[in-house]
Amino acid sequence: MRFSINPEMATQEVQPNETLTNLKAESDTLKTKLEDERAKLHDVELHQVAEKVDGLGQFIMKTRRTLKGHGNKVLCMDWCKDKRRIVSSSQDGKVIVWDAFTTNKEHAVTMPCTWVMACAYAPSGCAVACGGLDNKCSVYPLSLDKNENLAAKKKSVAMHTNYLSACSFTNSDMQILTSSGDGTCALWDVESGQLLQSFHGHAADVLCLDLAPSETGNTFVSGGCDKKANVWDMRSGQCIQSFETHESDINSVRYYPSGDAFASGSDDATCRLYDLRADREVAIYSKESIIFGASSVDFSLSGRLLFGGYNDYTINVWDVLKGTRVSILFGHENRVSTLRLSPDGTAFCSGSWDHTLRIWA
Amino acid sequence: MRSVSAANIQPRSMEDVIARMQDEKNGIPIRTVKSFLSKIPSVFSGSDIVQWMIKNLNIEDQVEALHLGTLMAAHGYFFPISDHVLTLKDDGTFYRFQTPYFWPSNCWEPENTDYAVYLCKRTMQNKARLELADYEAESLARLQRAFARKWEFIFMQAEAQAKVDKKRDKIERKILDSQERAFWDVHRPVPGCVNTTEVDIKKSSRMKNPHKTRKSVYGPQNDVLTSFQKFTKYCFPLLFQITYWGGQLDRHRLKMSKVAESLLAYTELYVEYDPFITPTDPSNPWITDDTTVWELEASKEPGQQRVKRWAFGINEVLKDQVGREQFLKFLESEFSSENLRFWLAVQEVKKRPIREVPTRVQEIWQEFLASGAPSAINVDSKSYDKTTQNVKDPGRYAFEDAQDHIFKLMKSDSYSRFIRSSAYQELLQAKKKVRSSKP
Repeated sequence: MRFSINPEMATQEVQPNETLTNLKAESDTLKTKLEDERAKLHDVELHQVAEKVDGLGQFIMKTRRTLKGHGNKVLCMDWCKDKRRIVSSSQDGKVIVWDAFTTNKEHAVTMPCTWVMACAYAPSGCAVACGGLDNKCSVYPLSLDKNENLAAKKKSVAMHTNYLSACSFTNSDMQILTSSGDGTCALWDVESGQLLQSFHGHAADVLCLDLAPSETGNTFVSGGCDKKANVWDMRSGQCIQSFETHESDINSVRYYPSGDAFASGSDDATCRLYDLRADREVAIYSKESIIFGASSVDFSLSGRLLFGGYNDYTINVWDVLKGTRVSILFGHENRVSTLRLSPDGTAFCSGSWDHTLRIWA
Repeated sequence: MRSVSAANIQPRSMEDVIARMQDEKNGIPIRTVKSFLSKIPSVFSGSDIVQWMIKNLNIEDQVEALHLGTLMAAHGYFFPISDHVLTLKDDGTFYRFQTPYFWPSNCWEPENTDYAVYLCKRTMQNKARLELADYEAESLARLQRAFARKWEFIFMQAEAQAKVDKKRDKIERKILDSQERAFWDVHRPVPGCVNTTEVDIKKSSRMKNPHKTRKSVYGPQNDVLTSFQKFTKYCFPLLFQITYWGGQLDRHRLKMSKVAESLLAYTELYVEYDPFITPTDPSNPWITDDTTVWELEASKEPGQQRVKRWAFGINEVLKDQVGREQFLKFLESEFSSENLRFWLAVQEVKKRPIREVPTRVQEIWQEFLASGAPSAINVDSKSYDKTTQNVKDPGRYAFEDAQDHIFKLMKSDSYSRFIRSSAYQELLQAKKKVRSSKP
């Protein structure tokens, strides 16, 4: 930084404003330059290149299971690596582990707070993490003994200064990544509760995050109420890429399966695709008739389909390459708040404010 | 993709849509209908709404139009004049627009006392059609108990309002009564109906205070800032922005055409593995209740499709447990497994609790990198020096540079050999043999 802050200079009325104006001008110039650089490489649209790809046929996607048991809005869910178990959390403080295949409830925990907005399954399948209005992320080991009181073994891991909006284990039971209404993300050591790395850069609440699907990479993407989607280096804590094209809160971010791109869902009623190599937005998924926000998105295994859960109670299925909607799924009786593909891609699960979860295939 | 319609503007909200519905030229035609003894003012039919939506919002079918229309009714932007339940029907049912005064965007949060006044006032109106519904009568009874002490006050307010209402023009009254009722249908919905006034708690505090700014990391929130404080509050974010964007300018970017081809190629490669596009074989357990496909995958015998995938790239082998084992087995047979074992060990370290890291780092150093190491690996001198330094103060990323170097080596050397190996080819053919021997 070539500019130094000299308090003496600052106390003179004229100087600070002038410098601030200069800084603003420089900032704006850089931003325009950056946009120009990005635009130079914009030689074609994704959907144009995708014209040569076969269109997708008619889809028959139905609700194959309905999970009833929550007493209030379902806010979040996650799959176990075994491809059939899920954990879900709701506004009434309940966290439930289900065998979605049989629809049996296997564990239930009542959190000491309402609005449990985040939950995650550990890679080993032996624990779940959850949190929300308590500003914390807690880990509960899952006991084989159904009668054992899970709440007794609870371990507090993360501490934020505002609500916990999302949490995810890394590829290990030993680390958890969290995002919060306090505007930060953080990486924690589960055993000790130690903060390993914090991520600052969002100017408002961070609502969502997703870890890159790479065996070698150390990055994740987050989305916030500042309309930005940021890509972070977990090792250094630095924001390595940032995208700001949405017109409202970004409620959900999810990596494309190759890890080279990610999708976002926003209150501006659109979903968008951003490519990391092109360093820009490469597709917008929207329709005149879709005027409610998208709360949650996920890709099918090949990345050809993008499933979006919306606040108008529907799920829209998009052709990622061609940009068209291939299906609209009705069924939920209130907002869809959470949506995730199963680990082997055979189904996806949606959770809703109508107190239920549905498995679609 | 954004569709280009006649109106050419993507509606941003229900209110945008309502504005278009109420447009004099292109909106829904509103009329007064003469019924038996009276007039029904300012109405339009459910079918009118559905047809308008299909035509003006590029909606493909009636089901979608009904769904969106029902949502708009449930939020209170228009309502059926003869029903408390706010849904849209594609028939001659009459609907009326809600007055903007009662729109949800005004952030109404009516109290139970307001509802009590309203229900009380309704009982003062002796028109048969304005009789309380069962659920309303129950609510009134509950409210009378809850507000027993101040009921006289509530009654007085109701009386005052009823007096004012009586003075209004008959037609105007009909419209206002229906709009007021529709307002309460939104805020005190019929039991079993969705309450559309519920908000996401993450957003609600910001909705009420749209100008509430986040506590700044860079300085005091106080309105009265000194020149210096103002300076630093706005200066720092700008400086960070300038530094960040300056750095981004030098980033290497790919052309859209290249990126598009890459996305297409990836999707094409994996489409046969995508159960939503290519039906699984055996069947999808969620559809047929048959879990064979999961049992096969859990077994140690990898199917041909799964083995084929390992050839797509080294990441496929590394993320599949059976793939890793086969890769390791192959390298051990060639006595060249130290690279993979090092890579796997470093991955393991990163997964351990922070407490265990220093010990593990030492173990890996001794096994793979120290002089005389039993499984010595070859790392470039720069990475070796850096790693030597890191190990003195060991963190989870002590071996990052070395691991990067080894990964590149594995990718170009060990991995390619594995895919070309007879061991791999045999696995690839294995299932085929089994298949053809079936009767």
